[in-house]
Amino acid sequence: MNPATENRGLGWRAIQALTVLVYIFMFAPIMVVVVLSFNDSQFGGFPMTGFSFRWYHKLMENQAVLSAFQTSVWVALITAVVCSVLGIMAALALVRYDFPGKEWVNTILVAPALVPETVLGVGLLLLMRWAHQPRTLWLLVLGHIMLALPYVVLVVQARLIGIKRVYEEAAMSLGANRFQTFREITLPLLMPAIVASLLLVFTISFDNITASMFWRPSGVETMPTQILSMLKISISPEINALGTLMIVVTVGLPVLGGGLARYLARSGR
Amino acid sequence: MSDSTLTAADRRRPWLLLGPTLITLFVLMILPIAIMTVFSFYEFVTAGVEKEVYTSANWREFFTDSFYHMFLWKTVRVAAITAILCAAMGYPPAYFIAMSHTKHKWLLLLLLIVPFWISFTIRTFSWIHILGEQGVVNVLLLKTGLISEPLRMLYTEGAVIMGMIHFLLPYMILNVYVSIEGIDRNLISAARTLGCTAWQAFYEVVLPLSLPGLMAGLLLCFVLAAGSYVTPEILGSTRDALFGNIIFDTIMGQLNWPMGATLSLVLLVMLGAVAAIYSRYMGLSRIFKGLGA
Repeated sequence: MNPATENRGLGWRAIQALTVLVYIFMFAPIMVVVVLSFNDSQFGGFPMTGFSFRWYHKLMENQAVLSAFQTSVWVALITAVVCSVLGIMAALALVRYDFPGKEWVNTILVAPALVPETVLGVGLLLLMRWAHQPRTLWLLVLGHIMLALPYVVLVVQARLIGIKRVYEEAAMSLGANRFQTFREITLPLLMPAIVASLLLVFTISFDNITASMFWRPSGVETMPTQILSMLKISISPEINALGTLMIVVTVGLPVLGGGLARYLARSGR
Repeated sequence: MSDSTLTAADRRRPWLLLGPTLITLFVLMILPIAIMTVFSFYEFVTAGVEKEVYTSANWREFFTDSFYHMFLWKTVRVAAITAILCAAMGYPPAYFIAMSHTKHKWLLLLLLIVPFWISFTIRTFSWIHILGEQGVVNVLLLKTGLISEPLRMLYTEGAVIMGMIHFLLPYMILNVYVSIEGIDRNLISAARTLGCTAWQAFYEVVLPLSLPGLMAGLLLCFVLAAGSYVTPEILGSTRDALFGNIIFDTIMGQLNWPMGATLSLVLLVMLGAVAAIYSRYMGLSRIFKGLGA
């Protein structure tokens, strides 16, 4: 151990305390939502009057919420598949090939993550208006694909760099063509990154609100926009239950996916 | 593979792989921004109707109407306060995670990623339960008798800033952490052996070497805060609207497309300028690293 960093006095303890406080700051509000979702009271806030599942039951009968959930799941699923295919192809090109203009391509690929979502939202609406096209659910899907692309490219790129080229070269020198090499060697090795990217895109799409407020067809709600419009009416306890369910879905999925990715990584070796 | 053995097909292959993605981004991002520029010179007739004649009226309105200047300034101010507070709150945990010998480092790092999985909308509205009249803070203060009437904290600018810090902190901590983690520990030992106090070693060695991460975090927090409009929508009153809310109202409320296009371009150019100044001194590659973390 390092002697210089071992000499830790009051300052270090203060930093430790600050760290704990910051983590409390980050998670306490979310815990409050979870706790309040089991509150028996008919108001969305404190005090707690008893433990009950009634808001979850009520949620299951709320048609608006159920259809918003369906919309969000479908949009997120299609976005995840299409965006991952596009992103993997792009990442392959960036990692496995050298070509002129690579720097530019890199910048363009990451740009959607740096341009404010409000601007991207307005831009796509103007495109539809310019082309005299109506706003449909496909606009939402296309928009989400654009928003998630940079993240897929970054995740898959990072994994591809770790896969040694010699495996692919060995397969090719043994007579496999490019497609066979990709299917038999690269794809299995890439599986963990593909699972990770599918999950990432799913959560990005499922969670998106800023741009979706611009893109959704009139009368169609996604899960987050539905919550926003419920919030505008009142802070009902149903929202707490809904929030808790969404936390279970969006935190549970990556945890499951992480396990799956680790399993695939082990069996792929 | 050396260049001499490259066939035409080999040279075409990366572009075939990149093609779909580049076309997607061209149609969905670059073309719309070009159309936005054209629309900003159209004439607004009435809600939802514009004439395709070229006029500078929208830009004149933006440059002369103090309404827009006020909101633009307010947005810059709120985003700057948010970014600086994020830095102040994010630096100590980042330093702690990087420097501590605890076995639970992975858990601390994992907990920084978890917020990215939890719905942004839910994280934002959770503050209503903390700051509202029936919120944790008011209930506790009333119970202990420190106040006799609930404090008005929700639907204020403070609440908006609080909500934005809450969602931006992980970005800041991760960026600072990555740069502190990369510092050669021998430099700190050397400073200490040469007579620096712990504070001096931090101030003279760690802080300057972690500046790139800190600056990347500040830029990300500033840009994301200045572009947001859902947080003021949930935690602010109408007076706490930011530039994003003005754009949303102009387009979705008044259906004034030309003015909406103008204001969007203003936001894009302003944040682009900030990013350009940053990359002039720091290089943008750091930001990509931060996004990938």
